[in-house]
Amino acid sequence: MTMASSADTPQTDAPQAGLPPTAPHETAGSGRRILYVVLYAIGVALLLAAPFLAYPLFVAKLLCFALLACAFNLLLGMVGLLSFGHAAFFGGAAYVCGHALKVWGLPFELAALCGMAVATALGALFGYVSVRRQGLYFAMITLALAQMIYFLAFQLPFTGAEDGLTGVPRGRILGLFDLNNQYVLYYTTAAIFVAGYLVIYRVTNSTFGQILKAIRENQPRMISLGYNVHAYKLAAFVLSAALAGLAGATKTMVVQLASPVDVHWATSGDVILMALLGGAGTLFGPVVGASVVTTLQFYLADSGLPIQMVIGGIFIACILLFRQGIVGEIKSYLER
Amino acid sequence: MIFGQLLVGLINGSFYALMALGFAVIFGLLGIINIAQGTFYMLGAFGAWMLLNYAGIGYWPALILSPLAAGLLGMALEKTLISRMYKLDHIYGLLLTFGLFMFIMGTFIWLFQTAGRPYPVPDALRGGWNLGFMFMPKYRGWVVLVSLVTCFATWYAIEKTALGRTLRAATENPMLTRAFGINVPALLTFGFGVGVALAGLAGVLAGPIYTVSPLMGGELVIVVFAIVVVGGMQSILGAIVVGLAFGVIEGFTKVFYPQGANLVIFIIMFLVLLVKPAGLFGYQK
Repeated sequence: MTMASSADTPQTDAPQAGLPPTAPHETAGSGRRILYVVLYAIGVALLLAAPFLAYPLFVAKLLCFALLACAFNLLLGMVGLLSFGHAAFFGGAAYVCGHALKVWGLPFELAALCGMAVATALGALFGYVSVRRQGLYFAMITLALAQMIYFLAFQLPFTGAEDGLTGVPRGRILGLFDLNNQYVLYYTTAAIFVAGYLVIYRVTNSTFGQILKAIRENQPRMISLGYNVHAYKLAAFVLSAALAGLAGATKTMVVQLASPVDVHWATSGDVILMALLGGAGTLFGPVVGASVVTTLQFYLADSGLPIQMVIGGIFIACILLFRQGIVGEIKSYLER
Repeated sequence: MIFGQLLVGLINGSFYALMALGFAVIFGLLGIINIAQGTFYMLGAFGAWMLLNYAGIGYWPALILSPLAAGLLGMALEKTLISRMYKLDHIYGLLLTFGLFMFIMGTFIWLFQTAGRPYPVPDALRGGWNLGFMFMPKYRGWVVLVSLVTCFATWYAIEKTALGRTLRAATENPMLTRAFGINVPALLTFGFGVGVALAGLAGVLAGPIYTVSPLMGGELVIVVFAIVVVGGMQSILGAIVVGLAFGVIEGFTKVFYPQGANLVIFIIMFLVLLVKPAGLFGYQK
């Protein structure tokens, strides 16, 4: 939920202009290719330099949400399925990873894998009942299913009810580098983000990705061509859930907290806004959207203005005025 | 104990049924998932609270005025914003109402904070009846009665009257209905207003039982989702029956397995989806 997310972020050292890259990514005509390469280089440079431009912990948290938004967009952008329940995978993995770090004393790599495993299993379970329905039904079903996880987060014995899991230890990465060092923390998170992003990039441009896009465009035709569309959708759903789980597990390590906010439906709503605002039809849009929304939440937390009102206003403006999102609008302007 | 929880369940079920009914009316007519339904429930309750505290207007006029105001606000929003979504992918309608939900709730949190404000039970409905096996507060009986009567009246109006026939025709085949000289956009606006007013009525009824707060209704809409998914999306009757049933089932679960009370309806939804993806009263398009 947006209100409390500021509590995760230390209030000292407000970030300066440390937004991660803003480059449209997809390859276009050869003339624009150079432009995109340049923009990508700027993006990578920003990603590397970010901890020196802004508060590293803040940017690391931002990257977790960026990965979550990208994972969500894998479904919306590619298959056209609007999931209103990604908080379940994100938060579910956050709790499991936190428990594995804190109680079982596992190293972060294994704890994150545990989190991802649970998110994947949940994804398979939820996906199995939801991918059979389309559009609005799919959105409603995923939301209602995710609400179960929210209630469970309050009632299971190991979740710490309203407080969540606090003071989760970070440990060492690869058994060598202390994650309490903010630069180690940042570059670990950045590496995870890049790995997740590359997976999504690869999937988008694979045969599998093409089939998913074809299903979005014309499902009956794909059925008549002999494709098992439910199986393809389910595979995309599970992959998206697993990556959302990776984002959640990493977030627990970064902010040392897994709380009911992570599994609340407002988080699912935030993620939708991130993808939509950045540009759901683009691969890079969700990263931009996540940067804008997270930064906004950070600053609004101190301003006295209600976050929900501002976020809701942006939501409405985005849907009425620029449905392609920031990156989508820039891209269509460049390619005009 | 059992009867007490059953009554609480029946009350919750009355609210569920009213909310799900309004939701189903809007979805059936406009094809819009109105996530802001919970917001209009909150607005209905706040409307009554404001009428009482700012204008000294009591419960009985508020029972009419507040849902009416909510309905008018809904019609204004439909005319200005939501009607722009009809030609787009249905998902945008859902997202727009989600934005409205966040915006309105955020504004009310800003203005009124999140603490609950009490709304007094009207004098005529104070106290209760001792039924022998349990104590029945008058107000709670009243809520169940109003809810049932409203649900039945709405169902009757849509399924059995000329107005209802026109509304259903407008949903079924808008072009042909327009060709008969019927103003379909105005009908849609009206339908949205009715759906919203039902949520507003639920809000006024809820005021004296729960407290009035900007946060009320936020979670309610997810339960409503589960209800209409189980009831079958297009089914008015399904929304009413499943809404009441879910309240009662929740009440029973509280008696036998309190930890499961929040979860039980979602588990039922999961199971129904496995067996009947179109819902109990619905049909798959």
